[in-house]
Amino acid sequence: MKNKIMTAQEAVAPIRDGATIMVGGFMACGTPEILIDALVEKGVKNLTIICNDAGVPGRGVGKLLTNGQIKTLIASHVGLNPEVAQRMNTDVPEDKLECILVPQGTLAERIRAGGTGLGGFLTPTGVGTIVAEGKQVINIDGRDYLLEKPLKADVALIRGSVTDKFGNTTYNGTTRNFNPMMATAADYVIVGACEIVEIGEIDPNNVVTSGIFVDAIVGGEKPWQI
Amino acid sequence: MADMRDPKEIIASRVAKELKDGDVVNLGIGLPTMVANFLPEDVHIILQSENGIMGMGPAAEKGKEDVDIVNAGAQYVTVNPGAMFFDSSTSFGIIRGGHVDATVLGSLEVDCHGNIANWIVPGKMVPGMGGAMDLVVGAKKVIVAMQHTNKGAHKILDECTLPYTAVNVVDMIVTEMGVMEVTKDGIMLTEIHPDYTVEQVQEATGTKLIISPDLKPMQ
Repeated sequence: MKNKIMTAQEAVAPIRDGATIMVGGFMACGTPEILIDALVEKGVKNLTIICNDAGVPGRGVGKLLTNGQIKTLIASHVGLNPEVAQRMNTDVPEDKLECILVPQGTLAERIRAGGTGLGGFLTPTGVGTIVAEGKQVINIDGRDYLLEKPLKADVALIRGSVTDKFGNTTYNGTTRNFNPMMATAADYVIVGACEIVEIGEIDPNNVVTSGIFVDAIVGGEKPWQI
Repeated sequence: MADMRDPKEIIASRVAKELKDGDVVNLGIGLPTMVANFLPEDVHIILQSENGIMGMGPAAEKGKEDVDIVNAGAQYVTVNPGAMFFDSSTSFGIIRGGHVDATVLGSLEVDCHGNIANWIVPGKMVPGMGGAMDLVVGAKKVIVAMQHTNKGAHKILDECTLPYTAVNVVDMIVTEMGVMEVTKDGIMLTEIHPDYTVEQVQEATGTKLIISPDLKPMQ
């Protein structure tokens, strides 16, 4: 079987300027910091980042933002990273950030739809609000729903708690969040793993993400230090 | 004698009385989180945290944090026996699917149609809606827990002036001045804090209140 284990630098080597990248994590809990660091080091620019939030300065996708690598951010909440507002409002064109806000449940489901072959889904969330602008409203049995379309990406950066050499992955606690859906919705999937084990060591009952979705595995992801 | 408690405590302790034993509840960040501290001993609720917990426990003690377990405000928390972790798609399936009995959240504005606006002040503050749009649409009961005014400026209005989080979803508003229910005819004051008169509550409110014929002192 193809060896998927590599260094962070090797894993991010195929990522080009202008790529669309999904990043797992919720306020950076469940974000693979070693992969973010490798992207910062590589310095690719004009990225479209799809992530629940903007992390915080110095953690998660916040590092890519500080380094001026994000052109467009698709997220549900950016209020805990003050740099987002600064970059949205800046007059310096090359620093300007486009921020597209999506309700959290809709964001999760759009990614799930992208990874599971659905052409979209109908949700009551956002009906009657500015989120509905430009979207088709469909009435089913007397209730209005918005047609929301799938999201896909070139790359997904996933954080695994335990990953075997095939890529089968488990997630501890609340690090799971967007990771399992993102792993299914991108062309190239990298797992930053806290622990890498032999194939067969993870009980199949506990595998959340199958190794079939994983292209590259990078070890050395550390628990966050408070 | 005047109530010397912090207004947030008055609000949180009153909201706690709305929750029933066994309810699945999502509490927003800030004041709503305080509600859990005021539950009667015989009322055990199951807290849902939209980042992926059913059965969330209290905040983690300093030095005992598990860095992989946070709440939706990124604070380190514990989980209770019987808890479950899940992904965000499952979490919002639970929320939109009507499996959350009550959501308690703060707001910038609420209006007499039950519309709520709490995620954006255009040009000033753009934090994003996070999970709020899904929660208010999906939860069986939507309780807004907030101070009655913003330093005197009305927050309970005829029509929201800020962009909506959702329309026609709010069931109940609890403030330090009283308890209000959203009815098809407008907002009805059902309980009033003994420190205030009906006239004072009306003056602090930007829509004509319906006074319940059964108006009670705030519990």
